[in-house]
Amino acid sequence: MSDASINASTLREDEAGFGDYFALLKPRVMSLVVFTALVGLVAAPVPVNPMIGFCAILFIAIGGGASGALNMWWDADIDRVMRRTRGRPIPAGKIEPGEAMVLGLALSGLAVVMLGLATNLFAGLFLAFTIFFYVVIYTMWLKRATPQNIVIGGAAGAFPPVIGWIAATGDMAIEPWLMFALTFMWTPPHFWALALFMRSDYDDAGVPMLTVTHGRRVTRTHILVYTGLLAVLAVGAGFSGIGGPIYLAVSVVLNALFLRGAWRISRRDEAASESDNFAVERSFFRLSLLYLFLHFGAILIEAVLKPFGLGGW
Amino acid sequence: MSFKTTHELHKRRFGRNLGVGLVLAGFVAIVFGLTIAKVTSGDFQMKTSSVSGAKN
Repeated sequence: MSDASINASTLREDEAGFGDYFALLKPRVMSLVVFTALVGLVAAPVPVNPMIGFCAILFIAIGGGASGALNMWWDADIDRVMRRTRGRPIPAGKIEPGEAMVLGLALSGLAVVMLGLATNLFAGLFLAFTIFFYVVIYTMWLKRATPQNIVIGGAAGAFPPVIGWIAATGDMAIEPWLMFALTFMWTPPHFWALALFMRSDYDDAGVPMLTVTHGRRVTRTHILVYTGLLAVLAVGAGFSGIGGPIYLAVSVVLNALFLRGAWRISRRDEAASESDNFAVERSFFRLSLLYLFLHFGAILIEAVLKPFGLGGW
Repeated sequence: MSFKTTHELHKRRFGRNLGVGLVLAGFVAIVFGLTIAKVTSGDFQMKTSSVSGAKN
């Protein structure tokens, strides 16, 4: 039995490879989860065995990936419509939606149990809650029900540093919630900028993004308001236990740039945006990626320097 | 069915199987490493009182 084992009726030219299954886990989102969870774990005031720390980050990442697979299973219909998501494994016809669901559920169970065993029960339960929040509350319910989908759904992406902290300490504190708030407040301007220059995508898919339900002018104003609130929070966090002179300097510069970008977006009209193919909106979106990375990077540096008497206040 | 198509399919399936195999091997290694870390860091140590209680 060699070639004969391949039945012509079961052959699919576009059969999925290993990489397609990996793509179901949304590796780019997973990299954000890994980084922010790592910062939460390192910033915690408890030394963690490196192997246990590694396992904690790995299982948090797998939990995040599993949520991504479940999200792709549920959203397969709208992913087919949107240009940005059309190439994903399910709309591309490489993987059946049911396969994604089974993979997502299996990995969710594995990640929760293993994180609980590797660190503590609280961390495992919190990861389970995060997966539930992202898949059920955001994907199944809010995403298609309210223009505030991004605001509330952003919480799911903001939980990883809290899980990292709990994995290290087994307890809750104010510091991980500041990291949570940073990502939570960052998410709306980040996605609304994307919605501005992806134009018809969400419209075509019938997802009630703010741009669709309240118009693009209101979205521009919302970006400015949320960026203002984010700036207060981000700079204010610089005076807390996770902050320090490095964080504060980084935060002040980044928030000045971010506010400037949001201000420019709010002052523009559609004609101006279309004339330069949304250059300002696109650059704001790119800056938003750097914004989050550098803020968490600064928190990490402060935490790493602390044992040497250098980080923090 | 041309030979080329079948050959490509075999390669893709082999890649998938190899990927799953490596992931499973990695998982075994991680569980092993985690167990060693847990045991050496004293997570599984029994309390002295419960040890003496068992003797009584």
